[in-house]
Amino acid sequence: MSKIPQTRQGHRPVAIVGFSQSKSLRADRASNEVEMLLPIVHDVFEKAHLTKNEIGFICSGSTDYLIGGPFSFVTALDAIGVWPPKTESHVEMDAAWALYEAFVRLQEGDLDTALVYGFGKSSLGNLSEILNLQLDPYTMAPLHPDQVSLAALQARAVIDQGFGTEEEFARIAARSRKSALENPFAQVRRDDSVEVLLQEPYLVSPLRRHCLPPISDGASAIILAAGDKALELAEHPAWITGIDHRIETHAFGARNLAVSTSTAKAASIAGVSEGHVDVAELHTPFAPQEIIVKNALGLNDSVSINASGGPLAANPLMAGGLIRFGEAAQAILDGRATRAVAHATSGPLLQQNLVAVLEGA
Amino acid sequence: MANRVAVIGVGQTHHKSKRDDVSIAGLVREAAQRALDDSGCTWADIDAVVIGKAPDMFEGIMMPEQFLAAALGAVGKPMFRVHTAGSVGGSTAIVAAHLVAGGIHERVLTVAFEKQSDSDAMWALSVPQPFSAPLLAGAGGYFAPIIRAYMRRSGAPNDVGMRVAVKDRLQALKNPYAHLHMPDITMKMVEESVLLWDPLHYLESCPSSDGAAAMVLGSEEAAKIAEASTGRRPAWVHGMAMRSEPTMFAGRNQVNPQAGRDCAADVYAQAGITNPRAELDCAEVYVPFSWYEPMWLENLGFAAEGEGWKLTESGATALDGGDIPWNCSGGVLSSNPIGASGMLRFLEAALQVRGLAGDHQVEGARKALGHAYGGGAQFFAMWVVGADRPE
Amino acid sequence: MSDQTYVTKDPRGSITKLETPSRLEFLFTAGTSLSKNLAGYQRGQFIGQRCPVCSKVYVPSRGSCPVDGVALTESVDLPNTGIMTTFCVVNVPFAGQSIKIPYIAGQILLDGANLSFMGLIQECELEDIRMGMRVEAVWVDEADLVPSLASVRYFRPTGEPDADYETYREYL
Repeated sequence: MSKIPQTRQGHRPVAIVGFSQSKSLRADRASNEVEMLLPIVHDVFEKAHLTKNEIGFICSGSTDYLIGGPFSFVTALDAIGVWPPKTESHVEMDAAWALYEAFVRLQEGDLDTALVYGFGKSSLGNLSEILNLQLDPYTMAPLHPDQVSLAALQARAVIDQGFGTEEEFARIAARSRKSALENPFAQVRRDDSVEVLLQEPYLVSPLRRHCLPPISDGASAIILAAGDKALELAEHPAWITGIDHRIETHAFGARNLAVSTSTAKAASIAGVSEGHVDVAELHTPFAPQEIIVKNALGLNDSVSINASGGPLAANPLMAGGLIRFGEAAQAILDGRATRAVAHATSGPLLQQNLVAVLEGA
Repeated sequence: MANRVAVIGVGQTHHKSKRDDVSIAGLVREAAQRALDDSGCTWADIDAVVIGKAPDMFEGIMMPEQFLAAALGAVGKPMFRVHTAGSVGGSTAIVAAHLVAGGIHERVLTVAFEKQSDSDAMWALSVPQPFSAPLLAGAGGYFAPIIRAYMRRSGAPNDVGMRVAVKDRLQALKNPYAHLHMPDITMKMVEESVLLWDPLHYLESCPSSDGAAAMVLGSEEAAKIAEASTGRRPAWVHGMAMRSEPTMFAGRNQVNPQAGRDCAADVYAQAGITNPRAELDCAEVYVPFSWYEPMWLENLGFAAEGEGWKLTESGATALDGGDIPWNCSGGVLSSNPIGASGMLRFLEAALQVRGLAGDHQVEGARKALGHAYGGGAQFFAMWVVGADRPE
Repeated sequence: MSDQTYVTKDPRGSITKLETPSRLEFLFTAGTSLSKNLAGYQRGQFIGQRCPVCSKVYVPSRGSCPVDGVALTESVDLPNTGIMTTFCVVNVPFAGQSIKIPYIAGQILLDGANLSFMGLIQECELEDIRMGMRVEAVWVDEADLVPSLASVRYFRPTGEPDADYETYREYL
């Protein structure tokens, strides 16, 4: 029986005890959001040996703009069956932040378990146009920059400041999609050689198509449990021993796009560098971003990064960050790792970042 | 609650149908700056920012908290965006409070806003979804049939709603921040206004406002410092809770939702309240359509089922002469920046027990309820605040 | 995508308002369960789904029982008749509205269903409308049937005696 580790910030120990995800698809035309969530939610309850009536708190992450209608998270509740009435909340952010809200809620000791889920169908609209609306409405959105061009600006900064090369971007892409061959839930799974990838034409220089994430429909769910409850539900709970998130300024010209100060700060507070990291799951949809976040986290080359394939292999918006947490946790739940780092991002070009250290005791 | 949570500063904008003198950033900063000033804190003292607003489609900006990070002093700090439909103002405050209760942060700035003049709320709420009948005409179109059902069930006389409409607008005259100031309002005026969604008259419905609300929530230590430096006492959170139920299901009681009752029961239990009417000094309750006052009087345990309208009719809920004044600020019927409305209820309750509600102060108020609801009356967020530090 | 931004200036030339039109097109996924309802509309038939746990019949369905959180698997044919449990008269104009105001929007509880849905009421004077009226669906011509509720033109009173309040009380 494993023991409960010390938490870095002195908070109540909370662990991930179950994780479930749908197979990411380019376009799921058969299921609506509720139907996409139903099997995931059932699956995670089973894995955690809990029923919906035993859950203390429910929190989800999603955005109306993917579906084109208000209150899209409301119908998703049907997948859970919130009856009798439950303590439930929602964030208009990636579900990794819903996990953070649940983690905070569990601190007070009156509740011991939480269900967290996220979902999104990026295939329903034009993602680039939708994400334009995320930009400052007075100064940026009217310019209609597209997502690839923005990411290219960041990639250019990475190259110019000597942090990475186009070849390294290609290596990251190739490694990710090759790792994904071992992950039945990933979407883009292939073994490409770096040379072949570098022969692709630029989409928007210096980015080639392989540097971009796929468009994905998907959902995921996680169950959190606190203290002794976690020991009851899982043999190797993935304990959150440190967690923090930070946001940077929205204005691209006011920050160095090649350096993620928010990730570095969150990592420092979460205590990433205080032990060896076995695996890391980074929510970096564009290949150059992996370099930025890896540097900010201070990870060296011995760390296995995105063994799941990461966002370059499957990128369901609003669920993608949560999946990083799930994959990192699963490595511990399965006994394959003892210390992992999970990272999630929100906003354009890594504006906001969440970092957690997960440990098996 | 693990750690005690105090409301050490509040701020709001002057709510108007059009604030064309400020951008969205200016709007939220106005409320936030006032809250900071009230608390004696500076931007640097804040550890985290929690922001909430109604659906993004209102203003047409996806995840607007992103571009507001700098305006709210959040750069380098954690920033969080809550969205729980109409109850969002309330649940945002609760999420912020949990950050303090859970020992994560010492001082949290929480903000909620809506710039409705920049948006088309009616459209955003009724965006036609394929395969469904395009009948929904805004929130009123959803709630009016439920109100009709209440009138039928309770046997209430037809004019109860209008009484609430008049009472809340007259009370708003004592609140300099309220949007609607209608000194000439009468029952006759309300009755003669257009029946927008029969049985609701135009003047029984909430306005559409630009506005923001903000609070600084602090730990016990932060509260001590704030009181010492400003001379103003904090409001202490005695209980807080959230509940949700499905929008539609067979046998759902739409008139007296279970989630509302459960949420209230939880909050009262935490605050040690067994008789809300007797033990609370006042309440700020989310009443966007007049008839929701009698309905919520029942849902929140101030009156037995079917009797809420009697309480309203008797004048018990009026600031002038009532024993359990509701919505002394004028309530949602007088100011409705949708995303902020829930937080305004929580904020006004705090103002009352701090003795800072000015002309709309309930004399000697020491315990008050703040309430918000949203969606198809399925999301509830409530808190009880008190002048005394909880045991 | 737009190529224009509209700007309003005050007398001193300062920009006070910025309008950036945008247009987003979305595909809507009905989902497996709702698709059965929609296929029913295409042939002039109301179809509901029954929950395997609580046995309630839902129309329209979104894929899961909102109380039990399980997939709705059994389809049930429903008749054209039912009760209008409650209603309101809509008198407010808004962008995108396609029906002439004032109109009656009623909650329709089809016979055999356990959940009401909103429908347009016609062939009834505003002063005659009552909670509990028995109503029936009026469909479009067969040639115009489509896989959506638009196949139903409206609901009208059948003329039968009103339903007893107790029979629909719990559906309010």
